[in-house]
Amino acid sequence: MSQTADKQPVLAADGTPLKQALDAALFRNRMRAFMLVLPLLLFLFVTFIIPIGIFLSFGIHDPVFSKFMPKTSAVLSDWDTTSEPTEDMYAALVADMVVARKDKTIGRAATRVNRELSGTRSLFTSSARKAAKLEAPFKESLVAVKKQWADPEVWKAMKVASRSWTLGYYANALDYKQVADGSFEPQPENRQIHVPLLVKTLWISLQVTLYCLILGYPIAYLMSNLPARTSNLLMILVLLPFWTSILVRTTAWIAMLQSQGVLNDLFVLFGVTDDDNRYSMIYNKLGTLIAMTHILLPFMVLPLYSVMRGIPPSYVRAAKSMGATNWTAFSRIYAPQTIPGIGAGAILVFIVAIGYYITPALVGGQDGQMISNVIAFHMKSSLNWSLAAALGGVLLVVVMTLYWIYDRVVGIDNMKLG
Amino acid sequence: MSLPIYAGWGERLWYYTFRVICGLIFLFLITPIIIVIPLSFNVEPYFSFTSGMLSLDPDAFSLRWYKDIFTNGMANPDATTGWWADSWNNAQWLRSMRNSFFIGICATIISTSIGTLAAVGLSRSEMPYKNQIMALLISPMIVPLVITAAGAFKAFSMLGLAYTYTGLILAHAVLGTPFVIITVTATLVGFDQSLVRAAQSMGATPFRTFFKVQMPLILPGVISGALFAFITSFDEVVVVIQLAAAEQRTIPRQMFSGIREQISPTILAVATILVMISIALLATLEMIRRRSERLRGLSPS
Amino acid sequence: MKFNQISLGVAAALVMGATNAADTITVVSWGGAYTVSQVEAYHKPWMAKTGNSIISEDYNGGLSEVKAQVDAGNVKWDLVDVELSDAVRGCDEGLLETLDASVLPAGADGSAAADDFIDGALQDCAVASIVWSTIYAYDNTVIDGQPSTIGDFFDLEKYPGKRGLRKSPKANLEMALAADGVAAEEIYDVLSTPEGIDRAFAKLDTIKGETIFWEAGAQPPQLLADGEVVMTTAYNGRIFNAMAAEGKPFEVVWDAQVFDMDLWVIPKGAPNKEAAMDFLAFSTSTEQLAAQASWISYGPARKSSAPLVGHYDGKPELEMAPHMPTAPENFGTAIANDFEFWADNQDELNERFNAWLAS
Repeated sequence: MSQTADKQPVLAADGTPLKQALDAALFRNRMRAFMLVLPLLLFLFVTFIIPIGIFLSFGIHDPVFSKFMPKTSAVLSDWDTTSEPTEDMYAALVADMVVARKDKTIGRAATRVNRELSGTRSLFTSSARKAAKLEAPFKESLVAVKKQWADPEVWKAMKVASRSWTLGYYANALDYKQVADGSFEPQPENRQIHVPLLVKTLWISLQVTLYCLILGYPIAYLMSNLPARTSNLLMILVLLPFWTSILVRTTAWIAMLQSQGVLNDLFVLFGVTDDDNRYSMIYNKLGTLIAMTHILLPFMVLPLYSVMRGIPPSYVRAAKSMGATNWTAFSRIYAPQTIPGIGAGAILVFIVAIGYYITPALVGGQDGQMISNVIAFHMKSSLNWSLAAALGGVLLVVVMTLYWIYDRVVGIDNMKLG
Repeated sequence: MSLPIYAGWGERLWYYTFRVICGLIFLFLITPIIIVIPLSFNVEPYFSFTSGMLSLDPDAFSLRWYKDIFTNGMANPDATTGWWADSWNNAQWLRSMRNSFFIGICATIISTSIGTLAAVGLSRSEMPYKNQIMALLISPMIVPLVITAAGAFKAFSMLGLAYTYTGLILAHAVLGTPFVIITVTATLVGFDQSLVRAAQSMGATPFRTFFKVQMPLILPGVISGALFAFITSFDEVVVVIQLAAAEQRTIPRQMFSGIREQISPTILAVATILVMISIALLATLEMIRRRSERLRGLSPS
Repeated sequence: MKFNQISLGVAAALVMGATNAADTITVVSWGGAYTVSQVEAYHKPWMAKTGNSIISEDYNGGLSEVKAQVDAGNVKWDLVDVELSDAVRGCDEGLLETLDASVLPAGADGSAAADDFIDGALQDCAVASIVWSTIYAYDNTVIDGQPSTIGDFFDLEKYPGKRGLRKSPKANLEMALAADGVAAEEIYDVLSTPEGIDRAFAKLDTIKGETIFWEAGAQPPQLLADGEVVMTTAYNGRIFNAMAAEGKPFEVVWDAQVFDMDLWVIPKGAPNKEAAMDFLAFSTSTEQLAAQASWISYGPARKSSAPLVGHYDGKPELEMAPHMPTAPENFGTAIANDFEFWADNQDELNERFNAWLAS
């Protein structure tokens, strides 16, 4: 606070300069407001932000190999990946295997290397069983147990695995792989699965968003132009699904769409198809699309409706009175005013769709799976939390970018619920 | 949007076509939810209407799947004494119903209380970094649940909270807070801050001001936020899959494995009950909304 | 019948008025008819004998939950029924308690436990209870003719209609190669080469468009019954059960079926290890294994149980023996699951399989 000497500051009642006193009061008010938010912020940090941080850290930090094979990791860090593995390296490996076998950690180290070079798991576990009996020179004795130990590829895989801090999982999530000297190269074609998966996820989400828009726009328009009593009644038809459990709605779609389901029965009844050629509308991508569109439709209708409600009918009337056709009045006058609603609804639907898990898991079959399902697969089945975290990191970046756009376009405080 | 009398032939046609299209869309929205209700009374273990049902033959309908909700998992469903205690303690659907309500209510209390407090703070004009903080507070609604669940599992494992009620309640409370923030700040948008100043100038403590002036006006927002928080927890399955042991199974978790493994009409019966619960919540919400509009002197819309 | 997570435990405690001394253990298995057979043959007699109680839970195999619980330091499960490859892998990774096979009772014929169990049934961390097979089955009211070879499963022209496969490369790749003409004893050698894997996937490709994939063991009989598929691979006991208990018109084809074991394991740090071990020893005794085989057509892991295997529960006319994977007329065509191959390659093959599914 700078005061010029020639100008006497205005003083508050207690003698402090008024500006200072006001600032102090403002600061107190700010603190007071902040203190109200603080409990939730702390709660959010402890139960949400830090946990996600911990999870994401798995994507770049995997100390399994260096933890359970410390001596080998130490000698590997000096290895240039091209020269012949030395006797020292074999001696360190055998020493580590003896300890790891005793501690029952050999399987975990082996699993780590197996991710880099498939088929090496049993090399470790079976050699470790005999490691305690091996004698120097270890190179010969180990190669005598399994001849693969002479293969430099095994050592290169160990070298990659021995890096605790690694970008290898993120590389994998983008269909690249880290090789022994630390550089990255594309995965072989038949193992390039994650980028196509991401593209597919985005594509399904885009389709769902589009369908929601196509279905949501007319009914939002209808409701916003009906008398309040009728539109409130119709609103219930939108809100009831919104308030009904996702699992209930998914179950309902299974009942509707499965081959012995209601819809197929109707088709057979009306001769659209015969009993032997019932349509498969569920447990595939179509099922995912239908069920997700149904589940996310209210997210589109609600913002559209609230924007359309606010559009004064006089504009369209004015246009028509000046000779515009119905279509021109709609497309030139009305529709542009609904763009904020379209933006809000579309981004929201897209954000929710992209991270969707339950519906694809239940009705997606094999081609309706999305990125969340694969993340869950790596957490629950392949037990590769690091890859799950890397894929999760990629997904989170996409979602957060969209969220940022949403904030820019719509503004977080304009989010409305029902 | 009634049809003006001067409307031409094409306009009339479009008017009715448009209504038919809208009708079909509403049908799409509501049919799947309505259809589970009659199907849950099917006497056969199928997911489709039998010819008996279509001809309204009373024998084609039964309450057997509802009975199953109460008996499945019971030690002795045929016992004459202690039937209710047995059902209450052992029937798996009832147990998961109890879990769902317990976890949902506890999570709602946490998220509503600290969420309301934060919303009040956020609505103050002096709030620093308002937008950024708001964005942060809403983020649990945006972050994919799989990621939230994975994070909660890893972090709660370190604290010994994985596979505990506490862990589940905390995780669900986080997921509920954005809804409370959104609904409460929405009611505060129209709030006249001069009321607070008036109360304070007349010597009311901030505490008293909050409960006597602000609270009654934002109460509808708080209640609807609480309902949202509750339904969020009540519906949630991804976090439960990751964080719950068998003893903490909730209704959606039970349905999830049921749908995945052996889809039985009992699930339809449960679904029907859940639809009824949603209708009750929705009706409550609508009543609150109307009351709030009356209180604020807005014309009913 | 749905037997998800029955809390027989609490119930038993209530019924018998047992108070505090009794232990409650959590036993985890694969659900459906298989869990029912275990509840009838193991759980109920053990509870009656010891006064302890059991909480029975279902899962879909794999080590993920066990690993999650061990990592979380909050183990909820006391005893888990796992496949052989998972038992070996879990043991290597320190997820399982080492078991002392010497506490297992001798066979009813007096032979020591170590001799009485079939080969591979006693592992460092696991004791086998049953042998089972992944077979394929069809609905004979829908299929014209009599499929009898694995080739027929892959023959969409001869037997048109949807197929069901487990959503996992396990057993599928073996069966695909067998259908492609690879002899049973060479299958894993062929699969160990990149060309062999390509060949297996190429064979699966021929039916992929017509295939529905299942995950839980209870699904295949359901898929057949609902008409979602006309033929599906399945665990043999599940199909048998649908035939025996519900009278479904299913037929099992014994050709190139993949033969495996289910074993009991105790997760590291299980809360009631002592009681779990007692249950384990009880359930793998000669009589209990034989009793279990009267509920579902899985073969007992003890040789001494075989002669005691009788007929299906409540149906004296239905002998169990011909339906067992170990029956001589069935066993001849079996491919023995190579757990080491799967321990080595399942990560890569799972990945490839998932990519193949999505493509």
